Amino acid sequence: MPDNGRKADTVTLTIDGREVTVPKGTSLLDAAGGLGIDVPHYCYHPGLSAPAQCRICLVEVEGAPKLQPSCVTMAQDGQVVHTESPAATRMRKGVLEFYLVNHPLDCPICDMSGECKLQDYVFEEGREKGRGREPKRVFGRDDFGGDVLFYGDRCVMCTRCVRFMEEVARDPRLTVVERGSRAVIDTFFERGLEGASYAGNIVDICPVGALVSKDFLHKARAWDLDHTPSVCPGCSQGCNIELHTRDNLVQRLKPRENPEVNGHWMCDYGRANYEWMNRPDRLKEPAVGRGSDRRAADWQEVLQLLFGRLQEAGGAGVRLVGSPFASNEALAGLAALGGEAGSVEAGVFRSPRAPDEDPLPGFPTLVRRRDLAPNVDGAGILGFERTGGDDGSGGLEEVAGHEGVIVVLGDRLRDQGEDFGANASLFVYLGTVDSAAARNADFVLPIATFAEEEGSFVNVQGRLQRFWQGMHAPGYARPAWLVLGALAGALRGEGTPASAEEAFQRMVQEHAAFSGLDWDAVGAAGTRLEAAHA
Amino acid sequence: MAYPYRHEKETRVLSEGFGDPGARTVAGWKNYGGYQGIARALEIGREATIEEVKRSGLRGRGGAGFPTGLKWSFMPKDTRRPHYLLCNADESEPGTFKDREIIRWTPHQLIEGCLVGSYAIGASHCYIYLRGEFFESTRVMARALEEAYEEGLVGKDIMGSGVDIDITLHVGAGAYICGEETGLMNSLEGRRGEPRIKPPFPAAVGAFGMPTTINNVETLAAIPHIARHGGEWYRQWGTDKSPGTKLFCVSGHVNRPGNYEFPLGFPLMELIEDVCGGMRDGNALKAVIPGGSSVPIMSADDCRDCTLCYEGVEAAGSMLGCASVIVMDETADIVKQVRRMAYFYSHESCGQCTPCREGTTWATQILRRIEDGRGTEDDLDTLIEISEQMTGTTICVLSDSLAMPIISSIEKFRDDYLALIRRGERMGAA
Repeated sequence: MPDNGRKADTVTLTIDGREVTVPKGTSLLDAAGGLGIDVPHYCYHPGLSAPAQCRICLVEVEGAPKLQPSCVTMAQDGQVVHTESPAATRMRKGVLEFYLVNHPLDCPICDMSGECKLQDYVFEEGREKGRGREPKRVFGRDDFGGDVLFYGDRCVMCTRCVRFMEEVARDPRLTVVERGSRAVIDTFFERGLEGASYAGNIVDICPVGALVSKDFLHKARAWDLDHTPSVCPGCSQGCNIELHTRDNLVQRLKPRENPEVNGHWMCDYGRANYEWMNRPDRLKEPAVGRGSDRRAADWQEVLQLLFGRLQEAGGAGVRLVGSPFASNEALAGLAALGGEAGSVEAGVFRSPRAPDEDPLPGFPTLVRRRDLAPNVDGAGILGFERTGGDDGSGGLEEVAGHEGVIVVLGDRLRDQGEDFGANASLFVYLGTVDSAAARNADFVLPIATFAEEEGSFVNVQGRLQRFWQGMHAPGYARPAWLVLGALAGALRGEGTPASAEEAFQRMVQEHAAFSGLDWDAVGAAGTRLEAAHA
Repeated sequence: MAYPYRHEKETRVLSEGFGDPGARTVAGWKNYGGYQGIARALEIGREATIEEVKRSGLRGRGGAGFPTGLKWSFMPKDTRRPHYLLCNADESEPGTFKDREIIRWTPHQLIEGCLVGSYAIGASHCYIYLRGEFFESTRVMARALEEAYEEGLVGKDIMGSGVDIDITLHVGAGAYICGEETGLMNSLEGRRGEPRIKPPFPAAVGAFGMPTTINNVETLAAIPHIARHGGEWYRQWGTDKSPGTKLFCVSGHVNRPGNYEFPLGFPLMELIEDVCGGMRDGNALKAVIPGGSSVPIMSADDCRDCTLCYEGVEAAGSMLGCASVIVMDETADIVKQVRRMAYFYSHESCGQCTPCREGTTWATQILRRIEDGRGTEDDLDTLIEISEQMTGTTICVLSDSLAMPIISSIEKFRDDYLALIRRGERMGAA
């Protein structure tokens, strides 16, 4: 691009004494953000329109007669901006005091405490002592329907929730009623948010504790939660999320920003779908033997016995049943194991499918997909074929009666009878929970859920996305990539992968679709598989 | 027909037809020279009409005093997109009752002004946004519009000129904030009456997202006269910076309150003492709010040499606003008056901006506490600080409008506040 062309596209300004060059049309707030300067704001949210009404993001712009709202004031060449000038800080102090005039200050019982922007800003630069002597306004609590509870007294009237429902969900179910200090957020009629499929996001974007999740209500304090970057396992969209855990339990899922996948949002189906990660009835130790002969054994013995059986099984015909909930690394390990044991048939997987999709109209990239599992595309790329019906059952008739080797990874075989694998020469069941259909399994191996291990999925966009370990697997359960990698590695004489990254690297070498990918480079944002080939 | 009060010193341009029910018809208005202004405008063309208005120096009568001709010239010349003229008839400023009178008595004066304005800015549709509580004005205006349509003065091909101008009467639902120009646009579009952020300004993005000019009733009422007689003619009255005549709405403790029309620059004391017949019961003058409730209060001292024009009132420490002169005598309880204003603004705040939403209500609560004798001297500092925080920090100027009377009343009538505070302290109420 020629030099003069570049000039037209960017502007250079000075913020708090530091020069910064930003694209034309960048707001002062974003330009300051680029320098690591956090201009306090409530009504502004990067995923929504900016009404410039909270008035706390006002900054001093030299030459302007009054303070300017930084969220809607566009950066201009040569502008000199002060976010910390006496006028700006004095104004912020004043606005914060206005917020506190009617705020209940019920932080000790407020779910938002610890991650509340009012708390943060007042702590940073509010008045030490309030001057309010008047009785506070009381709105009380309102059930907005769905998972959302409204505490009117805590509301700062930023209207992010109203704008989210209007602009992003395109399902305007909230509004401001009344005016002045009597103004309050409310629903239209009794239905409220009931049945809205993206309304949970308004809890995330509420800067204070006005909108809270009924599911999370009083469950944990924000500062006790560990945050782990992850990928939502609810459907093949693979929204980037954070697992919020405490006491080795997932307490809630929160969307993690990724403009390529989910923006700032996630759907309510995915958000609510986490209790299974906290199941207490997990497989906790490996076992060998069929039916009444089954006994617990330690991993070393189990793997040695299984290694021996696999060596003997050569040529008997192998059937692999994978799962779209398993990581790429686990599925690649399964495929490798099958190959070493002499598999010629493609492995299969079963996936529940919803009757329809549920898009987010204001951010059309995000759709709750039909496939209600995170790694359908990864399983496909790794050579597994879909079988069975949309309810995730059926399609295993041939496998059930197979007389050679059967290895099941992550499929709970809920629809299968106790005679599943009765004729198999070797039946290995790797699962998180036990199954009646695993009665004939020669080996029952406890594995970790995705929340308990590192790994990657491929989403519907063909995007490889990594997730991290947020909790400990119960008992002796181990990541499937480790178990399968150890077995396949032993059969090949190349040892056990020491980490998910090593398992990933083995997969990259074997499967052309992943070639060129680098574990670290994939990072937390993920990468499109085609991009690796470009 | 004697309009409630008249005075021989008046210069009646806009108010000539006040008190004459005959002026409400097309024929009656034509007796006053009506519909000659639009005829001349159509003759000289758009640009020349804007030039005449510029030459007249007419300043917006809604309160801000922005030059009308200049405002019109901001409209894009390209009229492929619809342009709109909005007539702001949501007269809600406490103490103001001039627009209502123009509409009640001379609806065709306004219709003609709307026609000239629409023609000049290239609008083929004009909306008159009328305050919801103005029942009689609504009736009169609706009837006048109907007649104007029947007479071919409004609608398709007005007066055979080939120009189409429709006028729609839109009745608001009674909110002060809908008199703020962008709040009015939102309300007209069916949204909440909340002021919009500027920029973009209405001339670029206004009603329905289109280039829009919005003028006050009194401004548009002066337009037919300027169009008919020319800008120079209008300048025979008033001062260099404030040309023309203006309606003064005088209310409060005077013997003859009412609407009086004078050239701008008329002395305030002459208006009170002579035109309005002096103070009630011969009481002493205490305070004047010269421009509707949103401007600083003037003490009797401030009034002495004040002339009623934009620059004159500014020199006296206040603003002409919409020239609604509220006069208070020595019996007036300033704290109560300010508290009532504060309550009004807190009730009418749209609630978007934090300083206004919370500040107006908080100030009202403190003022009421002082009024009840439970205030402290610290409260006065708090009030001033709140007021400063409400000035220049919001989207529109509603909270500034409350800040001004609070600050000026504490500055000029601090003793009134202190007396209430001391009395409360004596009674042990604080």
